[in-house]
Amino acid sequence: MTTTAPKLAGKARLGDIVFSRTALFAGGMILVTLAAVAIFLIVQSIPAFFATKESASILPSNFWAYVWPLIFGTVWAAILALAIAMPLSIGIALFISHYAPRKLAQTLGYIVDLLAAVPSVVFGLWGIGVLAPAAQPIYSWLVDNLGWIPFFAGPVSGTGRTILTAAIVLAVMILPIITAMCREIFLQAPVLHEEAALALGATRWEMIKMAVLPFGRSGMVSAAMLGLGRALGETMAVAMVLSATGLVSFKLLTSENPSTIAANIALSFPEAYGTNVNVLIATGLILFIVTFLVNAIARWIVSRRAEFSAAAG
Amino acid sequence: MALTIRPVSPGSGLAGNRLPRGAAWIILAVSLAVSIALFGLLAAASGDEFSFVGAAIVGLVLYLAASTGISAAVEGRRQAMDRFVTGLVTGAFIVAMVPLISVAATVIGNGLARFDLEFFTSSMRNVTGEGGGALHAMVGTLMITLAATVISVPLGLFTSIYLVEYGKGRLAKIITFLVDVMTGIPSIVAGLFAYALFALFLGPGVRMGIIGAIALSVLMIPVVVRSSEEMLRLVPNELREASYALGVPKWLTISKVVLPTAIAGITTGVMLSISRVIGETAPLLITAGFTASMNYNLFQDRMQSLPVFVYTQFANQGNPAFAFLDRAWAAALVLILIVMALNLIARLVARYFSPKTGR
Repeated sequence: MTTTAPKLAGKARLGDIVFSRTALFAGGMILVTLAAVAIFLIVQSIPAFFATKESASILPSNFWAYVWPLIFGTVWAAILALAIAMPLSIGIALFISHYAPRKLAQTLGYIVDLLAAVPSVVFGLWGIGVLAPAAQPIYSWLVDNLGWIPFFAGPVSGTGRTILTAAIVLAVMILPIITAMCREIFLQAPVLHEEAALALGATRWEMIKMAVLPFGRSGMVSAAMLGLGRALGETMAVAMVLSATGLVSFKLLTSENPSTIAANIALSFPEAYGTNVNVLIATGLILFIVTFLVNAIARWIVSRRAEFSAAAG
Repeated sequence: MALTIRPVSPGSGLAGNRLPRGAAWIILAVSLAVSIALFGLLAAASGDEFSFVGAAIVGLVLYLAASTGISAAVEGRRQAMDRFVTGLVTGAFIVAMVPLISVAATVIGNGLARFDLEFFTSSMRNVTGEGGGALHAMVGTLMITLAATVISVPLGLFTSIYLVEYGKGRLAKIITFLVDVMTGIPSIVAGLFAYALFALFLGPGVRMGIIGAIALSVLMIPVVVRSSEEMLRLVPNELREASYALGVPKWLTISKVVLPTAIAGITTGVMLSISRVIGETAPLLITAGFTASMNYNLFQDRMQSLPVFVYTQFANQGNPAFAFLDRAWAAALVLILIVMALNLIARLVARYFSPKTGR
């Protein structure tokens, strides 16, 4: 689209044909791959939708009774993680873009990015070996003193392997991506607006409130959605940290927690056989659809913003 | 232009009252000292261990409250709010550093116990207790990641060439959209797809290294496309036009002019994408499986990989348990070192081999 070579040559060269066909083929492969992902998942899931307790041993009664607590757990854990990560990320992004000394800003950005380099299985080990034992006393204090709040109702987990711990680990994992996006957006805020606000006597916070945050609002929303998409699909950290019993519960600190789709697949798949495999693949299909929708909304917000700013500029 | 010196002396009518410059640090030091003293007394009274983290947290909260309060009294509400937010924002950054430092410290602390020669030279075959190593997992990770790279890089690179140099109209738009969709595929779904693909032809329960490689390439291709596309778009159009003006065919222009200009950025993108997939556990767990023995054949039998090694050592602890945990931490350390090295090399390549721009 950027090249505008005049079409003067009469006959096409062999090299050109081969090269452009290869490029087209590679692009087509993306199409084929994604179609294949959808088709194979759907084909392998079909038996699951009609499976009963007799044909698939992991089902309690039918497929939807099995999958509903998992969907709940997936969404619940992801929303908790987002609720923790989002304010932190905005704070970090503001710190890097508007508070830290200019010279340090890039280095600090790298340091936050380092969090993204840690593999999820390592976060899982850390969550269970360090975070859960460290958080357990706080949990029992919360249950003893704030137990009247439904979220903190007891009995407290003795190991600290609760959904709140899993959500904290998830939050740490999605922190870098949300921070990176927010940082980019805050840096794009029009400098003239910022300077105008400061010139009118605004304090730094008032300047950010008036010039930076309104400009970055849609960007922050889409960053949150992307983070949510990540959190929904994150597997190993949850599989290792959470002690799941597979019920629907909003309590944060007990040892009975809903599992997530991804963690459930990772834990059950190695031993699965027969129709159970199809059931697990069908849950994977549902996860795929949910994350696809979340990401699509995020992209829609981004594209709307692009059109909007193009019209304004 | 006229220089106006902003009056900062207390009581100045123009700027209002201001706290002296070092005030924030003094308040911080005082609140930390108070908090440490408080926790020290509590620890001495109850006989519990002194909680440094607790003292630090309470100290920071105390600082936030004290600086806001003092500032509100001296400087007024707006300045107080500004100080409060500054404290919050800085605090957010410090909070984010806690898990990073904690993860690094634990992995290094626990991982060094088994970071020895035996760990790098032996597999887990016939090992039930102490000893053993992760050589089979390292070989597996190397082969699976290499295979995934061999699949993803040509596909991803040519797709980005298509999008930048050839793609026009609807197909290019659709592909861009699909690459976006692929970026969001959860890793476990990629694993399920690769499994479902092979299970259809080779029967259920199939586990091979190459299935894992295909799962990883599903995750890797969109990253490669995205980064290469960005790099190719950075190549100035004048270079292409100059080449066309000399009568060079389009494919030679791309392969001899555009690609060499962008190669540093593309290499960086590829290395970052490798570092992203090399730590993936879930897709390998369900496609390549796990084993205790060496396996050099991607197309036959189960294949161990480092992240899955970490997970299985942790999940199936035998007797004595510490031997298994030590191996898990050592493998985690190796994994983190590999990822860090890849990241570092990628950044160095980007810095030293990228074409010099005018700025």
